[in-house]
Amino acid sequence: MPKYLLLKHYRGGPEPHHPFPPMDQWAPEDVEAHMAFQRHVSELLEENGEYVDARALTPARTWVRYGGPEAAPVTTDGPHPETSDLIAGWYMIDVESHERALEVAAYVSSEPGPAGEPLYEWIDVREVMSAAPSED
Amino acid sequence: MIDEPVQRLDEGALRALVPRVLAGLVRRGEDFDAAEDALQEALLEALRVWPEHPPRDPRAWLTTVATRRLVDARRSEAARQRREETSSAEPPPPAATEEGDDTLFLLFCCCHPDLAPASQVALTLRAVGGLTTREIADAFYVPEATMAQRISRAKRTLRGRRLDQPGDLAVVLRVLYLVYTAGHAGRVDLAREAIRLARQLTLATEEPEARGLLALMLLNHARLPARLDSEGRIVTLDQQDRGRWDTREIAEGVRVLQSALAMRTEERRPGRYQVEAAIAALHDDAASAEETDWPQILAWYDDLVALTDDPVRQDPAAVLGRAVAVGHVLGAPAGLRETDRLRDVIGERHRWHAVRGHLHELDGELPAAASAYAEAARRATNVAERDYLVRQAARTRAARA
Repeated sequence: MPKYLLLKHYRGGPEPHHPFPPMDQWAPEDVEAHMAFQRHVSELLEENGEYVDARALTPARTWVRYGGPEAAPVTTDGPHPETSDLIAGWYMIDVESHERALEVAAYVSSEPGPAGEPLYEWIDVREVMSAAPSED
Repeated sequence: MIDEPVQRLDEGALRALVPRVLAGLVRRGEDFDAAEDALQEALLEALRVWPEHPPRDPRAWLTTVATRRLVDARRSEAARQRREETSSAEPPPPAATEEGDDTLFLLFCCCHPDLAPASQVALTLRAVGGLTTREIADAFYVPEATMAQRISRAKRTLRGRRLDQPGDLAVVLRVLYLVYTAGHAGRVDLAREAIRLARQLTLATEEPEARGLLALMLLNHARLPARLDSEGRIVTLDQQDRGRWDTREIAEGVRVLQSALAMRTEERRPGRYQVEAAIAALHDDAASAEETDWPQILAWYDDLVALTDDPVRQDPAAVLGRAVAVGHVLGAPAGLRETDRLRDVIGERHRWHAVRGHLHELDGELPAAASAYAEAARRATNVAERDYLVRQAARTRAARA
């Protein structure tokens, strides 16, 4: 079965469905509801036998490249450090089809936000290359 | 018991045998690296075979099987023999060494200063803790092959080193503390493992810091049942339900600490683990957060920061902890000034911001607290801690409205 990453982004990606403030500015009960929903998604995926992994990334990033012979590595914050695309984390799932991956991603996207309203967050779906030989 | 097809295997007892058997092999002249590998294989076989066929003499069984592996390995390797092979069929009788001596000897081997801390930890857990490679890999969330390689490389580094000299106890204590703070994950409770090894260490040495470390672990571990709520959310010390604390562990921790402090003299002041344990004991002694003896805690923190010449740079965690005590004794503004001294050293870490959030909140400055908690959340490196900090930020922001 193919594996997919369902990636959440701190920023970047398509135009948000609607703007929403950072979570530390939500009402406390909305924060609780959101976090409970995250736990629920993991449990659901585990129950379905689809769960592979879930990770969060810290918002700090460094771009690095080889500096050349005898030179130190070169680092940079990258272009547009305030607005550039930045991955926040992922679910990795093992599912029957691309359609199922989209279905799960859409469900993740319905997570509650301020006032309990769905966030409609854009989720980035990527197929993970398989270790096994391809069937076709 | 006879009716059961598979007997319950006492894994704890089996694991406790590992360092004793290993020490026996090494004292007999076997190469540490080869002996440890052979014993790991014997351990895996024991886990497979013992439930249905428990041995009469478990220690002799492990020694015999490990020895057989070593002999086979030498034969197939066709390498230069390091020592004459014994011709006796029986394993040699156990050397007349105390269990504690074995532990200390192996701990010095595994905590060799030429090894990186991660390697010291992994090797200690295998050779002294008697854990399997898989269990250790689980505990640190890495693939088994990765952990196997880390241990293999660690032992290769030790090859040729003299392993019969006493090592640096401070390094051993630090490694055990790292094991403790790795917490518990998967099937292995590393916190309990660290406590078990620290207990064994106190049998092997009179050093008060070894007791200090054990006391610190016990006094901290006693609070564990209150640390997470029913949803798995972090509950900090000031909010914990103290009825859930393990009073037996607190009592033992206090006893062990007192026995260490009884050994102090003017020339021999208590070391860092004893001081940290004393602070933990004061927290554990308070029936409620409000009854915490902050002035006494501050006095101990003064001792802690006095252990280094430049505490701001050498022990910022202690200075930060002291800042909290200062805040409770002298008021939040004084505590915040203490944190200002650390801005250049740990100003980018989540804990610095979290402590400032706590101090602002202590002073009733909720907007400043909300801002500090939000900064802390952005710098958190652990999901549970980040979630906790986001909650505090949202709570203090909403409360001011």
